[in-house]
Parts: sequence; structure tokens; C-alpha cells
Amino acid sequence: MKQKKEPIQNSSLFYHYKSYIHQMKILVVDDEKDVQVLFEQRFRKEIRNKEMEFAFAYSGEDALKYLNEMHEAVLILSDINMPGMSGLELLRHIKEKHHQPPPLVMMITAYGDADNYNIAMKLGADDFLTKPLEFSLLKEKLKAIH
Amino acid sequence: MSPQLQTISDFIKNSSALTDADKESLLKNIKEAEKNQSMIQFKLDRVDKDRNTLSVMLQESIEDLQKKSLAIEETNKELTKTLEELKATQKQLIQSEKMASLGELTAGIAHEIQNPLNFVNNFSEVSSELIDEMTELLEKNHAKEAKAIANEIKMSLEKINFHGKRADGIVKSMLQHSRTSNNKKEPVDVNALADEYLRLAYHGMRAKDKSFNAAMKTDYDESVGLVKIISQDIGRVILNLITNAFYAVMEKKRLQSAEDGYEPMITVSTKRIGEKIEIKVKDNGTGIPQKALDKIFQPFFTTKPTGQGTGLGLSLSYDIVTKGHGGELKVETKEGAHTEFVIILPL
Repeated sequence: MKQKKEPIQNSSLFYHYKSYIHQMKILVVDDEKDVQVLFEQRFRKEIRNKEMEFAFAYSGEDALKYLNEMHEAVLILSDINMPGMSGLELLRHIKEKHHQPPPLVMMITAYGDADNYNIAMKLGADDFLTKPLEFSLLKEKLKAIH
Repeated sequence: MSPQLQTISDFIKNSSALTDADKESLLKNIKEAEKNQSMIQFKLDRVDKDRNTLSVMLQESIEDLQKKSLAIEETNKELTKTLEELKATQKQLIQSEKMASLGELTAGIAHEIQNPLNFVNNFSEVSSELIDEMTELLEKNHAKEAKAIANEIKMSLEKINFHGKRADGIVKSMLQHSRTSNNKKEPVDVNALADEYLRLAYHGMRAKDKSFNAAMKTDYDESVGLVKIISQDIGRVILNLITNAFYAVMEKKRLQSAEDGYEPMITVSTKRIGEKIEIKVKDNGTGIPQKALDKIFQPFFTTKPTGQGTGLGLSLSYDIVTKGHGGELKVETKEGAHTEFVIILPL
């Protein structure tokens, strides 16, 4: 029943990807590279129990590339302020151009201002969280989706 | 005729010792003398009058001069006061320019601090959870697994330390930026300084304008190394040039339609040339019109709309580089195409 996908060999696309049936597939997009270690540690039990799997992209462009290569993700957790394509642009791309139904997109940002929130919601964000991130809250939200 | 002259005239007239011709001559002389005396008296009276008039006029002039002198003294006092006020205003303007540039960075600073804080908070919580897990494993005598967890704890602690120092560095450099310069030159890693301000300015712009996007290219020459500069002053110059570059590309983007395919690009580079170093900030923005080029380093000159620029950024930058560091601040531009500012500093 386990079906393991091979990591994609692409230097500009830095993520690891493990797929298991019944696992919740989450793509985390953030230019802060330590986010990967953090998520892997904070969700270590869920990863160990194969309840969730995470892929990581370090820019909006890489995230789009990942999605366009037909990698499915149930949920995308994206930072807003990244060099190049911002999280809001990524959100717009996903909600407008991604195949239907588009994945859920949760924005995570260090700028919890009303402007960002309003734009994100207008563009179709499914949730909005601020940094420093409360992982207990995030876990609750993810479990509710799962 | 005066009584004295009358007596002499009478004496001459009555004298038997004199001939009639002599008498006539003498009397004529006396009349002449009398005439002259009257004339002299008249003149003396005139002189006296004139003297009085002059004295009055002189007195008036002295009073007038005294009044004028007082007025000049008063004006001088006012001018001195105005000069002092101007100096204070200049200081305030320099400070407000500094604070304005700091304001530009506020959002960037928030971003640069919230991110490390996110790691510090979460890695410390993870460490606490991992310690619980490790204790549990040790109680069950699973030493090997416990050791693996100990390694993870160590990694988390290293991350906490790294991101804590990162936030500390940002706060310190911002404090340095807002503090009045102590004019002390110290060895500074110019590449790190340029990169730090590029990041802060970029995040600041992104926070202020959600649509802002620009490609950033950096090319730092490692041989530049440590340069003796007043860090906060040169930092301000770099920040000012980068902020201007961002503004120029945003303006160009605003003026062009999306179909033009314009891609904003900012390049920050350093280079060592003999006993000098160069810091270049280049953008492919609007460029500077020729008519504005002569004025860009003049105080209060700005092309930005009212309220958006103090017009002091480049003039202060010029003073910092030239007067403060004995360097040069050059500009090369083509209207509608690009602008490149070059800071040249002696080693």
C-alpha cells in the first residue's frame, strides 16, 4: 500500500517529498531555509506516524514549478514576503490558474497587518497566520482539515 | 558807528595839525574800517548761527546714529538667533532624514526580527518536547534512541543561538543607524554592511508596497575585506542609494504597461581597485534627466512628490562620502534606462 515517489532531481527545487496513501500532503513555501528543519521537528510525530508529509519550496517560483510538475498538495502553507514572486502572487496564481479544485492555501507571514490580510482573503486564501507561528494552533487547523 | 570810532572821527575833524586832505583820507579809512567791521560782525554772526545749526544737526545726527547703532545691534542679535535656529533646524533635518530612512526600514526590520523570533520560539518549544521524549526513552533504557534525540536537541539549540544572534545583529545595527554618529572610523566588513541594508530596504519596500518586486543581483569582491569607515554613516549612504534605486524601478514599472515585459533589477557590487574600494548601486529604472543631474547633490532638491522626500538624502550622502571619508560619490545615468551611483573610498 505504500507508494514512494522519488525526489525530483532539480537543484533549484529544494524539497523532499515522500508520499503515502492517506497522508496529508502539505507544501511549505518560505525563503527561510530553517523552516524545513523546524517543520520536520514540530511535526515529527505526525511524519513518523505517516499522518502528514511535507514538501518544501524556497520561493514562489519553485512552488509553482513543483505544482506544475503535477505534484499534488492538499494544502499549501506560504510565507508572503519572499524575494521574487511574493506569497500573495503565488496565491493568485494558484487560485486563478491551478487545475480545479485548487489546493487550500494558508498564508503565514511576519506582517500580520490588515492590508496583507485583506489582500490575501480577497485573493482566496483559506487562512491567515502570523509569525512567530503557534504550532499548536497550526496543528489544530491541519487536523481539522485532515 | 561805534562810539570809539565816532570819538576818533571827531578828533580827526577837529584836529588843526592835519590837513583837510589827510582828514578826508583818514575819515575815509575809518568809514572803510567800520564797514569791514560790520561785515566781519555779520559774518561772525552767520558763523555763530551756522555753528549753532551745525551743533543742533550734529546732535541730531549723533542721536540718529545711536538709534541706528542700537537697531543694528538688535538686528545682529536677531541674525545670531536666526543662525542658531537655522543650525538647530539643520541638525533636526539631518536627524529627521535619518529617522525617515529608518522609517522606510521599519517594516523590513519587523520582518527581519519576526523571522528569527519564529525560530527561537519554536525551536525552544521543540527542545523542551524533545527533552521529555529523551527522558522517557532513558527511563526505558533506550540509550541509542535517546542519543539520537540528544543530537536533535543540540541542533535545535544551535538554531536558537544562530537566530537569536541574527535578531540581535539587526537590532544593534538599527540602533547604530539612528544614533548620532560619533565620527569614529572603525574596520567594517563593507560587503556585509551593503548586503544587510539591501535586505532591510527590500523587505521594507515589500511591506510598504505589496506589488513591489525587483530582482536583486549582488557581486561582492572578497578582497575588499575590512575598511576603516564610520559604519552608520556609510550604511546610511548605501541605504539611501538602494532606496532611491527601488524608487526608480518602481516609477518605471508604474509608467509602463504590463505587456512591456519590464523586469526591475537592482545590482549592488563592491570592488577593490588598488588603494581604493568601490561600492556600486545600479538600477534599470527611470534614470535621471540631464536638467536634474546638476542639482541632485544640492540640499532640498527632490523630484519626488511633496511629502515623499526631504531632498536631503543625496546631499547628506555626498557630504558623508567626500567630507567625512575623503572619498568620491559619482553618478552615471541615462534617462529612461539606468542609473549607477559609485561610492569610492580610500583604504
